[in-house]
Amino acid sequence: MDPLILSRMQFGANISFHILFPTITIALGWVLLFFKLRYNATGDSAWIRAYFTWVKVFALSFAMGVVTGVTMSFQFGTNWPGYMEKVGNIAGPLLAYEILTAFFLEAAFLGIMLFGFRRVSNRIHTLATVLVAGGTTVSAFWIIALNSWMQTPAGFEIRDGVAHAVDWWAIVFNPSMPYRLVHMLLASGLTVSFLIAGLSALRYLTGDRSESMWKALRTGVFTAAILIPIQIFAGDQHGLNTLEHQPQKIAAMEANWNTGPNVPLVLFALPDEAAKENRFEIAIPDGASLVLRHSTSGVVPGLNDYPGNHPPVFPVFWGFRIMVGTGILMLIVSWSAAYFLKRRHSLPKPLALLMVPMALSGWLATLAGWYTTEIGRQPWLVTGVLKTADAVGPVAGSHVALTLAIYLILYVLLLIAYLGVLVHLALKAAKDGDSSPLPGVMKTAMSQPAAGE
Amino acid sequence: MSFDWPTALPLIFAGLMGLAILIYVILDGFDLGIGILFAAAEDAEQDTMIAAIGPFWDANETWLVLAVGLLLVAFPLAHGVILTALYIPVFVLLVGLILRGVAFDFRAKVPTERKHRWNRIFFLGSIIASLAQGYMLGVYVLGLDVGFGGMAFGVLVAFCLAAAYAAMGAAWVIYKTEGELQKKAVRWLRTALVLTALGMAAVSLATPFASPRIFDKWFVWPQMLYLSPLPILSALLFGWLWRQTFHLPKPGDRHSLTPFLTLAAIFALGFAGLAWSFYPFVVPNKLTIWQAASATESLAIILAGTVVVLPVIIFYSFYAYRVFGGKATDLTYD
Repeated sequence: MDPLILSRMQFGANISFHILFPTITIALGWVLLFFKLRYNATGDSAWIRAYFTWVKVFALSFAMGVVTGVTMSFQFGTNWPGYMEKVGNIAGPLLAYEILTAFFLEAAFLGIMLFGFRRVSNRIHTLATVLVAGGTTVSAFWIIALNSWMQTPAGFEIRDGVAHAVDWWAIVFNPSMPYRLVHMLLASGLTVSFLIAGLSALRYLTGDRSESMWKALRTGVFTAAILIPIQIFAGDQHGLNTLEHQPQKIAAMEANWNTGPNVPLVLFALPDEAAKENRFEIAIPDGASLVLRHSTSGVVPGLNDYPGNHPPVFPVFWGFRIMVGTGILMLIVSWSAAYFLKRRHSLPKPLALLMVPMALSGWLATLAGWYTTEIGRQPWLVTGVLKTADAVGPVAGSHVALTLAIYLILYVLLLIAYLGVLVHLALKAAKDGDSSPLPGVMKTAMSQPAAGE
Repeated sequence: MSFDWPTALPLIFAGLMGLAILIYVILDGFDLGIGILFAAAEDAEQDTMIAAIGPFWDANETWLVLAVGLLLVAFPLAHGVILTALYIPVFVLLVGLILRGVAFDFRAKVPTERKHRWNRIFFLGSIIASLAQGYMLGVYVLGLDVGFGGMAFGVLVAFCLAAAYAAMGAAWVIYKTEGELQKKAVRWLRTALVLTALGMAAVSLATPFASPRIFDKWFVWPQMLYLSPLPILSALLFGWLWRQTFHLPKPGDRHSLTPFLTLAAIFALGFAGLAWSFYPFVVPNKLTIWQAASATESLAIILAGTVVVLPVIIFYSFYAYRVFGGKATDLTYD
């Protein structure tokens, strides 16, 4: 295989594995802050117990995010040297600001957040939690700004074949950035809500009825139930933004081969790019026109307008459908669970059983969504500025293939270990219930000097 | 010489990048070193050693991200050339860093019967990452030459850098622990010092002889005179630290941080020597820092942020170290 497709697969594998963990830590930091603030306000030890259970998940996810993130910082140079050569003047400062304003903040206060409960005052410990959660979110801000700039570049000019910044405000807040940022932050919130709800449901199924389980379960379910309709709305707005700025991506997402009015909403199809048609299509008449243009006679862009300049249809079409399908399932499950928790103060067993695998539904939807938008950007790396094929490095295909294979094996093993530990932590928390000792928790949080000081 | 930004900015960024690499090597050096020393430690000692680095390693590794990030953003051309030339060693380094980073967390969270497996992975990841860094340093020193001689030299430097990290790790253990483990760490330090000195001597001798340009920078009068403190001071510090290992630990735990600081000083001296050798090149003999630099306006906007943020980073890093100061105790979440 040629180095281009191998490099794309390698970068795709690395960034897919990486994004799983920031998706958790971005929102989990804020959930931990919520647990901490409830504990501060009520003094109820069940809240701090929930905090200690989930801070371990945070620590592990953060470590996975850091080490896979280090990999990403090298991959730009090892696999895509043409990227920085062409747009380094834009991408560089954005990445630099991410490192300076987010990475160090997170990393320095993470230690205090994780291990400092008995070493600093309660207030400083809460502050450390705020700073870590803030750091993860700031990090998301910068990287989404860069990614969005690659999708919808603005605020620059090409001089001597290289992109130069003209207007930093326009670069950071480029046309798709606010939509993508909101969409991603909500995705993170949903991923964490379902993870917490799912692992709490697992505890519920093993017979755990402890206060800390209920508190985590309610937090997960209610947050999910609130966020999912907001996400569906935000996603729709993001789609309309894409229609305006990247119509060829919409054409691929809808598998619409010809521009025109009265375009149906395709529910199922096997897009055939060679024949330029959909096989086994099931569609709602006028649906796409209605969704995208709010009128049955609305004109929807078709792939025929972008010969040789549109993304591969099959993965974009299906990535989008998997994301939306997962979203609808999330809506049904979270609202049902919220109903039972609110009215019956219990969970039916089948629903709890369904919630356990749904713990990973956020990951599925997030990955499917990213595949839609990133593959949907092809053949461009930076829309209209740099083609992916022109950025690839001179490394031999065999080297890329070998390292890709080892990365994949490593990632599969790490994923198994990670999920194993999550289940182990949930079962351990279920066994401990409300009775495990909390040596550091007193009526008032204390500051305790370390031995040797 | 008149001052102008297009000339000054690449120089400033080269300095910042050098600083980031030096801080990284010193800070992650001690926690990688502790990973290497895992092979020689008992179970209970391993827990203490982990506790000595637990709150810090994340932030330590962030300096690597900053160093690579600065290379990426300030010298994008060099980033591409260096990293594609070092494709496989970089990959090995990353696998090592991934393994040790996650092992660190997994070993504390898996059921106890699996802890040993993750301890082994922690050791393996640490030694792999250290060897890869040493190999890359060796190959870089020879101008990214990947002939057989270059590879052999890379392997030599790899082992010596791993030893240097082990020495840093041992020095950190001396600072953060007491009793039997501290005494053991003194012995580790003594062994590792020999290999470290050997490695530094090898790199110092090989660098000028590998390149006539570098040779001329060192062995010309009067530069020789100005530069002579670098090797002389390094040698004195090595000798002094070696003698200290026969007197440590001292009553009342005096001077427990001294070995670490001494090693950090030796690293800084060695690093200064390397920097002098390679200046003004960022890719040896191919690209100078000015040829590889980003556009002036992009560097300016990064510098503005750096000037504001870096002191803050250094301040709260010190704070984090202070919170977890003193001898290492059990690390607990609650």
